[in-house]
Amino acid sequence: MKFLCIGCDEVMGFVERQLPGDGTLAAVFSCKTCGREMAMLTNPMETQLVSSMGVKIGGREVRAQPLEATRSGLEGGRREAFREAEPPARRRPPPVEWSPEAVERLGRVPGFVRGMVKRIYTDYAREREIRTLTPEVMDTARAELGLEGM
Amino acid sequence: MGRARGTGDGASSPGAGRVRRFRTYAEVEHGTGSALLEQVTEQRARLARRLAGVGATVAVASGKGGVGKSLVTANLAAALASRGRRVGAVDADLNGPSLARMLGAGTAPLEDRETGVVPPPGAGGVRVISMELLQEREDAPLRWRDPGTDTFLWQSSMEATVLREFLADVDWGDADVLLVDVPPGTDKITRLLELVPDLSAMLLVTTPAEISRAVVARSLRLVRDAGVSPVALVANMTGYACPSCNRRHPLFPGDGARELARATGCPIWAEIPFDPRLGEATERGRPLVLDRPDAPAAAAFAGLAGRIEALLDSRPAGTVPAGRAAQ
Repeated sequence: MKFLCIGCDEVMGFVERQLPGDGTLAAVFSCKTCGREMAMLTNPMETQLVSSMGVKIGGREVRAQPLEATRSGLEGGRREAFREAEPPARRRPPPVEWSPEAVERLGRVPGFVRGMVKRIYTDYAREREIRTLTPEVMDTARAELGLEGM
Repeated sequence: MGRARGTGDGASSPGAGRVRRFRTYAEVEHGTGSALLEQVTEQRARLARRLAGVGATVAVASGKGGVGKSLVTANLAAALASRGRRVGAVDADLNGPSLARMLGAGTAPLEDRETGVVPPPGAGGVRVISMELLQEREDAPLRWRDPGTDTFLWQSSMEATVLREFLADVDWGDADVLLVDVPPGTDKITRLLELVPDLSAMLLVTTPAEISRAVVARSLRLVRDAGVSPVALVANMTGYACPSCNRRHPLFPGDGARELARATGCPIWAEIPFDPRLGEATERGRPLVLDRPDAPAAAAFAGLAGRIEALLDSRPAGTVPAGRAAQ
C-alpha cells in the first residue's frame, strides 16, 4: 500500500510503528514535502492478516529468524522444541551482555520462542552498537520491531 | 506540478460534477519505506536459496484423503536413506501431522541455528519437519495466536507462511532428496506449487478404488496444467499381500489406478500391496523397508526409490547443488 499526500502529490514515507495494545498496529507515515503526518491503525484482524504473511509494515529492522512466523503465531508450542546452537567460534560476532534484569525478563518468555526472541533482541542491540541489553532496551526494541507478546 | 500528477485533474478536492482520477499503484513512483513487496521477494529468494542445496524436491500428493500418502512418504524416505541417500521430509499436513511419528523422529529438540533449524534425525537418518515436533500436546488441534475473529480471512495465509518456513528455514544439509507430504485437497497442491513451482517430480498416490481414481484425476490435471514433470502414480493397497505365502489377493473391485493410468497416460511408478506390517512398522517409527526389505511392499518401495534416484542421475550437468559438485 502507498499513502499519497494529495496536496503535495508525494508518497508519504514510513516513520514508526507501535503496538498500543488490543491487537492494534499503529504505523505512522509523513509527507517529506509538507511534513504532514498520518497514522494508520489496523484492527486486530488486519494486524493478524499482515502478520500471517510474515512481513512487517515499515520494513524489517532485524533479519527474519528461522520459523519466525510459526514460532510467533503457534498456540501451545512445545517448551523443549528447540535448543540453542552455538555459532562456530570463527563466525562469532562481538558479544552483547544481558543485564540480570533483562535475563530475568527473558526467562519469563515461553520456552518455545525464547531462543528466537533472545536472538532478535541481541541482533537489535548489536546493530545499534548497544553493549548491554536492559529491560529498557527490550521495551524500545519491542515497540520498534513490533514484537507483540515478546 | 505534482498535484496534477497525483489526481489527474489538478484538484485537491472533488468539486460538483468533478471526479478525481488517481494514478494506479504502479504509476505512483517511490514506495512508503514499508517494502512489503521486497520482503515477500526476499522470502521467495530465501526459499529458492535453500532448495538450491537440495538435489530433488519431490511432492507426494493425491488430492484424496486416506490413500496412504504419509505412509508412502515415510517408506520412500526410508528406502532412499537405506540406499545411502541424504533425505529430508516435510510434513505439509499442518492440521493432521503424522510423518514425524512414522519416521521415529521422537521428541528431541530441534537445533536452533541462525541459519536454520536442524531437526533430530529419524529412522534411517531422515530429517523431518512436522507440526508434531512443535506442539506441546499431541491431541492439541492446530491453533494460532489470534484476535479470535475472522479466522477464515487469515488462516490460509498463515498456513502458507508456515509451509514456506518449513521448506526454507530448515537446514536440510545438502539433502539428495526432499520429500513433501501434501495433505488432501487440490488447493494444498496449488499452495505447494505457488511456493515451489519447479518441483523435481510429483507422485500422486491413489488406490484401486473408483472414488480415488476420480479425485486423483483432478489432481493430475491440475499438476499437468501447472507444467510439473514428471508426474507419476503410486498405486497403494493394490491387493493384500499374504505375509505367509506372499501371494496377492484383491482388496477392491476393479482397478481404478490402472484405469487412470490407461486413460491419462500417466505412468505408475509403484504398486504397493496392502501389508498389515506396513502399518505396524510405521506405528513404531521404523518403516517396513528398513527391517523387512524382503517384504513385497518393501520391494515396491525400493523400486520407487530407484525411480527417484534415476531423477537425480538424469540431471543435466551444472544442476548438481554446489555443495555436492566436487563429490
